[in-house]
Amino acid sequence: MSSEKIDVRYVAKLARIALTDEEVERFGAQLGNLLEHVNVLSELDTASVPATAQVVESRNVEREDLTGPSLDRETVLSMAPQRQGPFFRVPRIIAEEG
Amino acid sequence: MADVVRMTAAETAAAVNSGTLSAAEVTDAMLAHVDAVDDRVGAYLTRLHELAREYAKRVDERVRGGEKLPLAGVPVAVKDNMCLTGTRTTAGSKILENWIAPYTGTAVQRMLDAGAIPIGKANMDEFAMGSSCENSALGITRNPYDLTRVPGGSSGGSVAAVAAYEAAIGMGSDTGGSIREPAAFCNTVGFKPTYGRVSRYGLIAFASSLDQIGPLTRTVEDSALAYEAMAGWDRMDSTSIDRPVEKASTALRGDLKGLRVGIVKQFVTEKLGAEIHALYQQTYKELENLGATLVEVELPTADYGLATYYLIAPAECSSNLARFDGVRYGLRVEGGDVGAMYEATRAAGFGPEVKRRILIGTYALSSGYYDAYYVKAQKARTMFANDFKRAFETCDLIASPAASSPAFQFNAKSDPYSMYMMDYYTIPMSLAGLPALSVPCGWITPEGGDRPMPMGLQLAAPLFEEVKLLGAAHAYEQGTKHASKYDAMVVSA
Repeated sequence: MSSEKIDVRYVAKLARIALTDEEVERFGAQLGNLLEHVNVLSELDTASVPATAQVVESRNVEREDLTGPSLDRETVLSMAPQRQGPFFRVPRIIAEEG
Repeated sequence: MADVVRMTAAETAAAVNSGTLSAAEVTDAMLAHVDAVDDRVGAYLTRLHELAREYAKRVDERVRGGEKLPLAGVPVAVKDNMCLTGTRTTAGSKILENWIAPYTGTAVQRMLDAGAIPIGKANMDEFAMGSSCENSALGITRNPYDLTRVPGGSSGGSVAAVAAYEAAIGMGSDTGGSIREPAAFCNTVGFKPTYGRVSRYGLIAFASSLDQIGPLTRTVEDSALAYEAMAGWDRMDSTSIDRPVEKASTALRGDLKGLRVGIVKQFVTEKLGAEIHALYQQTYKELENLGATLVEVELPTADYGLATYYLIAPAECSSNLARFDGVRYGLRVEGGDVGAMYEATRAAGFGPEVKRRILIGTYALSSGYYDAYYVKAQKARTMFANDFKRAFETCDLIASPAASSPAFQFNAKSDPYSMYMMDYYTIPMSLAGLPALSVPCGWITPEGGDRPMPMGLQLAAPLFEEVKLLGAAHAYEQGTKHASKYDAMVVSA
């Protein structure tokens, strides 16, 4: 593990969160401090240890593919920040040509 | 009616089922009490007067029709990360401040089916990230035992409601200690079942491999009743466990004879200060006096719990919280193109702790760091599971403090890591998926404080051993009666 500084701006870009300069400064220091704490994990010898994602019971879960009631479209759309008829409205994603 | 609000869930259900009280009477008394005290406590973000009365009416009709309901008329506080159709469900966040749940989560539905009455939606640390409830973006919750102190978190509103008699059962969720630590802070019982025992359908996700719903109550018996109502396999949650839920409320014990209780060698209580150390030595002695045999067990990974947790939980949260992007529900802040809209929405909608955790999680999962951080933490997690397996070869239960201190004052933990330390004792059990609970074990007057504050004993059991765990906790509770020594400040004045 490294103890290098986190490039907070880059990580925030990946996480899609706009940060102010003040936040970059503050979070940078706090996350650096947290990383120092988590770096103690490098002391653990995990060479022969498998990774665990699910601690309780690992089994494949299958069920019948049955249809059932789903949420009412009007109820769901009524919560949309912006809608247009039966659609969620979002800002333009593909730039206009020319 | 003052006595009605103080009734336990078991007492209320018995009275309503036998017809000596109606659910409507209980509900009216409870709503009046909430309206009288909650401006000071701040347990609820939303009070559900109308809905509560509606459910009370339904319960009374069912009881009149001859049904016996395990939670007939029992007032419940629902943590605000649990969906209940038609109610505002915020997860304590600005990004969901005005979101109305279009469906009801399984655990909540099962409580309602069992006759419980939803009194309100309870405050919480934003997206369940925090140990004091101070990270709520929508309100302040105070500790009913000292209004200058925090109730703990993240299930701070649910626990404060129970401690101030504003509900008999609080529904909480626990990812690294969010039921057990607040329970310790507010003189209540807080129970996290085995991972997967309770369906997470309708629980707004924080860290999916750790999140677990459970009850906060004033007695162990009530936790057992709530657990029986909410637990069990659910087709809507493929991680829920397909095993029968054994009845715990009829297996409550009067002593601890024949039980071996493990004391973890690495959980050194001296470092918590002389007074706290002495309290837990006394607590372990009480276990012995009730018939338990104390054995020392090893948890060599103990000191690596926080590091493991603060990689895995943020990694999962960074993925889970990607859905809050301003497109389909919740807050949207316009910012030009769609990317700028995402960034502006998340900047305005998330509070600082949520941003910190998303950032650290994104970092731990990002190219070049994935193996060093995330995979390493998952391997450490395996070591926790193995350590516990080994420890349980020589003991039936493990005893430890539930939190590192009594409830602290507002703004006392300005450094994020010092806040994380509160969950030092609860995180290892979460990593291993174990059932664990906190039960009141004594009182300490904190430095600079002028009144005694409650402390909690954490008991943990092997996977699926909820019955053994609740049975032993009941014996400890009844054999010591620590909880009844002082009453909440907000109701005793």
